[in-house]
Amino acid sequence: MKEYKTVTKIAGPLVFVEKTEPVGYQELVNIVLSDGTVKRGQVLDTSDDLVVVQVFETTAGIGRDSGIRFLGEAIKMPVGKEMLGRILSGGGKPIDGGPEIVPEKRLDITGAAINPYARGNPKDFIQTGISTIDGTNTLVRGQKLPIFSGSGLPHNDIALQIARQAKVPGSTESFAVVFAAMGITKEEANHFMEDFERTGALERAVVFLNLADDPAVERIITPRLALTTAEYLAYELGYHVLVILTDMTNYCEALRQIGAAREEVPGRRGYPGYMYTDLACIYERAGIIKGVKGSVTQIPILTMPGDDITHPIPDLTGYITEGQIVVSRELHRKGIYPPINVLPSLSRLMNLGIGEGLTRDDHKKVSDQLYAGYAEGNDLRGLVAIVGKDALSERDRLFLEVADYFENQFVRQGINEDRSIAETLDVGWSLLATLPEEQLVRIDRDLIRKYHPKYRKE
Amino acid sequence: MEVKKKSGILKRIAGPVVTAVNLDAHMYDVVKVGDEELMGEVIKIDGDNVIIQVYEDTSGIKPGEPVTNTGLSLAVELGPGLLTSIYDGIQRPLEVLVEKMGNFIERGVTAPGLDRSKKWDFKPVVKAGDHVEPGQIIGEVQETNKMHRVMIPPNVKGGIVKEIKSGSFAVDETVIVLDDGSSYPMMQKWPVRVPRPVKEKKNPKIPLNTGQRILDGLFPIAKGGTAAIPGPFGSGKTVTQQQLAKWSDAEIVVYIGCGERGNEMTEVLTEFPHLDDPKTGKPLMERTVLIANTSNMPVAAREASVYTGITIAEYFRDMGYDVSLMADSTSRWAEAMREISSRLEEMPGEEGYPAYLAARLSEFYERAGLVDALSGSQGSVSVIGAVSPPGGDFSEPVTQNTLRIVKVFWALDAKLSQRRHFPAINWLNSYSLYLDQLQDYYNEHVSPEWNKLRSWAMEVLQKESELQEIVQLVGSDALPESEQITIEVARMLREIFLQQNAYDDVDTYCDMTKQFDIMKAIKVYADSAYAAQAAGVAPAQIISVKAKSDLPQIKFVRDYKPMLDQILKGMESEFTTLRAGA
Ligand SMILES: Nc1ncnc2c1ncn2[C@@H]1O[C@H](COP(=O)(O)OP(=O)(O)OP(=O)(O)O)[C@@H](O)[C@H]1O
Ligand SMILES: [Mg+2]
Repeated sequence: MKEYKTVTKIAGPLVFVEKTEPVGYQELVNIVLSDGTVKRGQVLDTSDDLVVVQVFETTAGIGRDSGIRFLGEAIKMPVGKEMLGRILSGGGKPIDGGPEIVPEKRLDITGAAINPYARGNPKDFIQTGISTIDGTNTLVRGQKLPIFSGSGLPHNDIALQIARQAKVPGSTESFAVVFAAMGITKEEANHFMEDFERTGALERAVVFLNLADDPAVERIITPRLALTTAEYLAYELGYHVLVILTDMTNYCEALRQIGAAREEVPGRRGYPGYMYTDLACIYERAGIIKGVKGSVTQIPILTMPGDDITHPIPDLTGYITEGQIVVSRELHRKGIYPPINVLPSLSRLMNLGIGEGLTRDDHKKVSDQLYAGYAEGNDLRGLVAIVGKDALSERDRLFLEVADYFENQFVRQGINEDRSIAETLDVGWSLLATLPEEQLVRIDRDLIRKYHPKYRKE
Repeated sequence: MEVKKKSGILKRIAGPVVTAVNLDAHMYDVVKVGDEELMGEVIKIDGDNVIIQVYEDTSGIKPGEPVTNTGLSLAVELGPGLLTSIYDGIQRPLEVLVEKMGNFIERGVTAPGLDRSKKWDFKPVVKAGDHVEPGQIIGEVQETNKMHRVMIPPNVKGGIVKEIKSGSFAVDETVIVLDDGSSYPMMQKWPVRVPRPVKEKKNPKIPLNTGQRILDGLFPIAKGGTAAIPGPFGSGKTVTQQQLAKWSDAEIVVYIGCGERGNEMTEVLTEFPHLDDPKTGKPLMERTVLIANTSNMPVAAREASVYTGITIAEYFRDMGYDVSLMADSTSRWAEAMREISSRLEEMPGEEGYPAYLAARLSEFYERAGLVDALSGSQGSVSVIGAVSPPGGDFSEPVTQNTLRIVKVFWALDAKLSQRRHFPAINWLNSYSLYLDQLQDYYNEHVSPEWNKLRSWAMEVLQKESELQEIVQLVGSDALPESEQITIEVARMLREIFLQQNAYDDVDTYCDMTKQFDIMKAIKVYADSAYAAQAAGVAPAQIISVKAKSDLPQIKFVRDYKPMLDQILKGMESEFTTLRAGA
């Protein structure tokens, strides 16, 4: 293979190479340092006189004397069944002291788009055991449902609880977790790893770790390696795969850094204009395919800079994913775990996975009514702060209590508490029962008679 | 004369935009790029450099590979077989792509928009010796439950019919020969970036009835009109668009998923065949064409998808149909323009969008309208565009430029969607500029009371928002009695009339009669309530009239009239008792 020594410029993660033979767009590149170290990169721009290479590691040590080799193919991920139980670096190399992965296949990490015609309709209810998810923001197989959090909030605990408890009631199909960390601290990574080991989850997991002190640009490929692995496990081996990507904010920062190095015209708050498309190419790699056994479900986690949901990272994510679970600092301060604020949270595929024959016939209406009640009570809190409780009408006072009840009984639960969907809905009913029946405008009379505690205590 | 170089070579590849040299090209020529012959379109010519946007992934393509010019512009195939189809942004049928390359979209595979192997039963409506004009209908094909009217292309001369066939033909087989020797198959091609010509554009006077109370009742769109639905993520753009695709009384629906989610298109594909058009009782899919260029499919094809969709819509309009087109989301289309433009290193305008953003948007919405078609029939294209403003901030360029053009504005509001008030359309900010034009229709087809009732409802809602400001300061008990009733009436309007559950089997669609009945019932309550209050009944008693608490339930009941009558009677007798006691 030809090695070029024609590096003319190095800027940020980019290396400019001249006078090459024709090089393919997005081709994989090896950069050979004078001490023999090899770094990897990818072609970002290719023309007959100049090739721009984006390096996936630090550019430390790269100089005009470095050798450049073009490998004639796109970046591939070696995949195989033995990957389960393995811990790999953010670049896909084993870091658990175990052997190299013996590849059964080498797959392009970009991942082609699923033909919309080939997609199956996601509808299998995943019970996470967490009421604020199962009851009011239901997750289904093949969905992409991110957790929007803030720094210092217990999103990792929530993700772990989901990974531990998630099941499709009544299903015995094989289940796997692909976990990709991007720029998280060693401490956070340990927290995940200890939990995986303690619960035995590691055996059915593949872990990719790009830590805070690992090269930032490597983060660009980490989620792609993870999703390529997940797709292999799902569509070729028939696993139902849950992919946890954390922290997408670090991924987006890396994207911004590369954009700046390329001197692109920046978009909103300095992030590249193509960030929507780039993120979509990650998040859309979730789903199920008609006639194929497995599925890929994604739970990306991101920390909202300044807790601002309109920041481009949560904003663009929300525009792509099928809802979001929002973790609230206020609830966390009140000592409520899991501090999920259901008001801005949403699961768009919920309606496909709930109801008669799936969860329970009252699910949708109970959820709607809980929302309405909590939203109204929550608004009244603002009013109480101004006019005092006495100025409220009887009705208002009831709703105010509903909001407290909701947070303390429905939202709050133990970190190991695994509620069944029936338990979740019944907590909901015990709350609704504190309201006069005619306030339950969103529930049909039949359902009220069937599930309202008043009628159930025969 | 210079020799035409139909074929050039690639010089540079950087994402979806590539540069070729030594190629004779005109703007918007379709070219084949590289050894794999990926489809592309010329979007800039700069000296010897021809700049091309490529509709497929360009990974692995190298400088030095060939580029050939087809000399044609990007066009769609129009003819029987469009209905029930699902296409990507450049009209490749996705079903055929699955057959050809499996579950994932690989590149380099082409497939014609219309199936050449399928035979259609063609019945002529003109005969030899007749004179046919451009755009004239020459025959019919029963495509689904919809009749497909086969037309002479609008951009040819027409003439005397020499021969016309009848029977079973593929779309590309000749069905008519004219005296000048020209012959035409059922299928025609039309360049997507050029509007199809019409005789005359007219002012719309008939509403597109959607079965959605807040839309029909407060902010209606006309057949042939334009509307925008901007809103932050998760506020209900897609659900509203899908509701319109399902229940609006258009005859043909073109639904464009432009840079949005794959699962949403799947939902349409799985649901529509099982839903029936409330007007014809036939499966909704039979009147629908889907364009799906999801967010992870190539951006250049996303840019084209909107044009592909509107051209198909115009084609059915030319047959005399009322067509409605939903584009979800026009923001993703604008972003595709921005991405291509930035790769061309064009001077960016506001927020990096190209300076021609406003022009492209208005050209697109201008293709809507009620028209006298060349065929002599009247048809319409209504265009409803979703807008996805970053951070939900309506001051951004795509929303602002869209609002300058469209006549109806349905403003989605995150505050409403967060409390599950659906459709989360803000009744104070939204508007329709068609109200005056549509008055006569409502008088005649709904009720002479309708227009007044609507104004009354708007006034109550407006008044409520003023009162709410006071309540926020002093609490609701401090309001004068009559205003406490106004607050209650407004709450009923919001919870009963405006809120509509798209996922409830009955409530998902509400015809104009039922809309009128619901609004009228609330008005009846309001009138009795004010009268009772004036007669000295306490607001607390008026508000807790028992019969009215059943009113929300009629939304979920198909045969609601008996229940409604009972509620109205109950209300009447309760009010009589209250007033007697006062
Ligand atoms: N009319 C409605 N009835 C019931 N639920 C609704 C209605 N409209 C919206 N919703 C709820 O809101 C959710 C989000 O709506 P939708 O997907 O249409 O949002 P969107 O504005 O298209 O978001 P995005 O910009 O991210 O695509 C739906 O999944 C549904 O739960
Ligand atoms: Mg949407």
